[in-house]
Amino acid sequence: MSDQTQSTTPSSLSAVAAARADKKVAGTSPLGTGLEARGVHAWFDKHHALSDVSLDFSAGTVTALIGPSGCGKSTFIRTLNRMHEFIPHTSMAGQVLLDGKDIYEPGIDVTKIRLQIGMVFQKPNPFPSMTIGENVLSGLKLAQIKTSNPDELMEECLTRAGLWTEVKDRLGAHAGGLSGGQQQRLCIARALAVKPKVLLMDEPCSALDPGSTLRIEETISQLSKSMTVVIVTHNMQQAARVSDYTAFFLSDGGPGQMIEVGPTNEIFSRPRDQRTENYVTGRFG
Amino acid sequence: MSIDAPVKATPQARKITTKPRVSDQIFRAIVTAFSFSALVILALIALFLFIKGFSALKAQGFNFITSFEWNVFTDETGKEVAHFGLQAMLIGTVVISFIALFIAVPLAVLTALFLTFYAPERVKKVLVTVIDLMAAFPSILYGLWGYFVLMPMAEYWAKLLHKWLGWIYIFDVPEPIFQRSPFIAGIVLSIMIIPIITSVSREVFSQTPLERVQAAYALGATKWGMIRAVVLPFGANGVVGGSMLALGRAFGETVAVFSVLNIVYRTNFQILYTQGGNVASMIIQRFGEAGATEMSALIAAGLVLFFLTLIVNFFANFIVTKTVKSGR
Amino acid sequence: MSSVTVKPIKPWAATPRDRALTTASVLLAVLATFAIVAVTPMKGKLAYLFVFFVTWLAIDSFFVLRKSGVKGVRNGFAEKLTLLGAMIVMLAVGSILWSVISRGVAGLNFAYVTETMRNASMFDPIGKGGIAHAIFGTLLLIAIAIVISVPMGILTALYLTEIKGKASGLIEFLIQAMSGVPSVVAGLFIYAAIILNTPLRPSAFLGGLALTILMVPTVTRTAQEVLNLVPRDLREAGLAMGATQWKTVALVVVPAARSGLITAVILGVARIAGETAPLLFTVGTFDAFNINPFVGQNSALPVIVWSGLNGGSAESIQRAWSAILLLLIVVLIIFVAARLFGKKSMKK
Repeated sequence: MSDQTQSTTPSSLSAVAAARADKKVAGTSPLGTGLEARGVHAWFDKHHALSDVSLDFSAGTVTALIGPSGCGKSTFIRTLNRMHEFIPHTSMAGQVLLDGKDIYEPGIDVTKIRLQIGMVFQKPNPFPSMTIGENVLSGLKLAQIKTSNPDELMEECLTRAGLWTEVKDRLGAHAGGLSGGQQQRLCIARALAVKPKVLLMDEPCSALDPGSTLRIEETISQLSKSMTVVIVTHNMQQAARVSDYTAFFLSDGGPGQMIEVGPTNEIFSRPRDQRTENYVTGRFG
Repeated sequence: MSIDAPVKATPQARKITTKPRVSDQIFRAIVTAFSFSALVILALIALFLFIKGFSALKAQGFNFITSFEWNVFTDETGKEVAHFGLQAMLIGTVVISFIALFIAVPLAVLTALFLTFYAPERVKKVLVTVIDLMAAFPSILYGLWGYFVLMPMAEYWAKLLHKWLGWIYIFDVPEPIFQRSPFIAGIVLSIMIIPIITSVSREVFSQTPLERVQAAYALGATKWGMIRAVVLPFGANGVVGGSMLALGRAFGETVAVFSVLNIVYRTNFQILYTQGGNVASMIIQRFGEAGATEMSALIAAGLVLFFLTLIVNFFANFIVTKTVKSGR
Repeated sequence: MSSVTVKPIKPWAATPRDRALTTASVLLAVLATFAIVAVTPMKGKLAYLFVFFVTWLAIDSFFVLRKSGVKGVRNGFAEKLTLLGAMIVMLAVGSILWSVISRGVAGLNFAYVTETMRNASMFDPIGKGGIAHAIFGTLLLIAIAIVISVPMGILTALYLTEIKGKASGLIEFLIQAMSGVPSVVAGLFIYAAIILNTPLRPSAFLGGLALTILMVPTVTRTAQEVLNLVPRDLREAGLAMGATQWKTVALVVVPAARSGLITAVILGVARIAGETAPLLFTVGTFDAFNINPFVGQNSALPVIVWSGLNGGSAESIQRAWSAILLLLIVVLIIFVAARLFGKKSMKK
């Protein structure tokens, strides 16, 4: 599209994304076929908030969802693990397929779905009445999953979340005493303990300091080797650093729509839609 | 113009005063005076109960609270002999109040959970109205209903309890008379206090932070799993506060207890047996025929009840305002 | 983008199949309950409830176990348990209302609400004598209590919301403490302070004083909440016009909170209308109208119920039921009035 002379942002973003794409070895992974959304709509009562979103999240990839506030990214991500239905008077349409099976199929046990599609929220939300160790294993307890070696699992998850060294001596301490960034990594460890195939992250770093943000981004890169990650983010640099694919959402007064999706470095350097380009060059949002 | 301008010191804040108009001064004086009436009334209650109860307190000393007899008679020499010990009735108060809590707290918490998390909107509105209405029922109504409607059923349950669990001391009875027992009084009392516990519990449950609820669900919890992991730990303090408020109410309950309990001046832990009492209903019972000496003792008993409920309510309100109103 | 209209659906809502399953399990449980109760020596209405709950749980768990495993069964059990708890509470209330209405109606007749007991005793057959004087007495007591506690309560609330003096914390604490005073203590206090100390003898006035102690905290707390709802701008507008504080309060704030303050009074009345214990110490009993609140014992509905219950004969007990029915109707009217005014004040 435009050969920028003034703003360097898109090209530096795409450079970062390109570098990341080089690092990643393309190919299929033994993680199933991933997550696919087909024609997903969402309503809050009569208000049509999200319209006709179709996205295919390949197994083992990290996809970033970007776009200005209120464009439906958070609503969309909540349709992926059936959290949207907790808000009263909501409805949806379309399908979400995990390994080819629609998670909205009637008769399905939704709690089993949520074990396979985990979520990390914007505000860290460890359970304050439990210790750090209990928090990590809380998902297993809630799902009544027996594990032969809980301590090993705890260590593994905390290590993958990048928290092990900081808390290994105080697993019995209460989770409330941790800093924001540590709490969020604890939440990631907690989500990992039930061994999900997909991890959804709704602006996981927006409430955290840059140091914690960087560490969590490292975690995300590691995680993508063994699961599919979808991350909503306001921070385009973060999207460039962390994701293989990026999807741009926009709502121009009506329901939110997915405008464009593609490999991250392409979205930032050669977006096909003018609106995408306006957003990534910082003309709005 | 010197280059090094002198550093200006921050000016001191001016004291703003105003002289209120006379009419306002009168207004404030009247309002303040009336609001101290609360203090005055409470102080007067304590004072007069103490003054009029003094003679009995002086005669019995600490025994007033600890000893077990309550009688006054004239002996052979014409002298009046009096023993006033509240212990049996204090224990009785605690016994029936705890039976009431034992029944009411689970029922109230379950009802509060049902209303907050399970009930459809219209059902919830109806139920909430009914529970508020319950709170407005006069206590004598509970007494009437308790005696004529509940007691026959409760007697049957007591017999069942005795049949299956009679080997436990509290469910054993010296003779098989199951009417008008602490057990039945406890049941009546429990229904009276359910509205209080339910509404406090409901308030605290509905304040459960949404983010923790979502965290539990996102981990694949069922509704009950979420309630156990998030709602109950969060709401525990509120439930305790509400229960203590209810306890304060139960301690002072008079006519309802009097109607369904055979007031006998003996400590009785065998709750299925027809013997028991609490301080408030004892006062009512003996008031009609009390002579001057006994009257002083009854008033002193009122004083004890006053302080007892004051203390319980103080702690209850403390817990409730700390946990429920501030929204931890 | 295609412009095909898509229909919103709720895939998580209960399907007709789910509903059919639930209905089927409930019906099966009901059948099983009757069967079990017929066969075993259990009796009593609660036996039915208990057996139904257990059988319904068993049947439902069978279906849930296949779909969601043990944790699903636990979830179902918890859900049914909360329903059971709520049902037990509703059954109790229902039983109370039903017994009052069904038993009280029999003794209600025109005579009952228009005559007094001057020429009858409560042991006489129904139809002779009535409790008109008690209805009057209750209204008189309420009136006296209102006259004293409304100014006290509202002025105290004004202190807390308008003056906000340094003693506010203390006063709020004291009002809390006062709300916990048992009604029997309030009555005993008036007895000890006034009847034993002065030549005054039981009368409606003393009863009203005792009821005041119970009413003031309710009025104060509700009035405080309502006054706090009046937006600050209104007060500031008044003061900015140069009005004194008391004029602002009297002419702007209080009228703005009017329906809420009425609610506060109504709630206070609801609190005291049915009180029995304090009246036993301070009002006594009387068989006819006594319109003098200061001299002479008086009558009140709760005390009629109390006497009837303690009388022990079938007639006196019948009178008690009818009196409590009347009292309950009074309380219900007050309750409905409080709700109506409450909604009005919240809507503003």
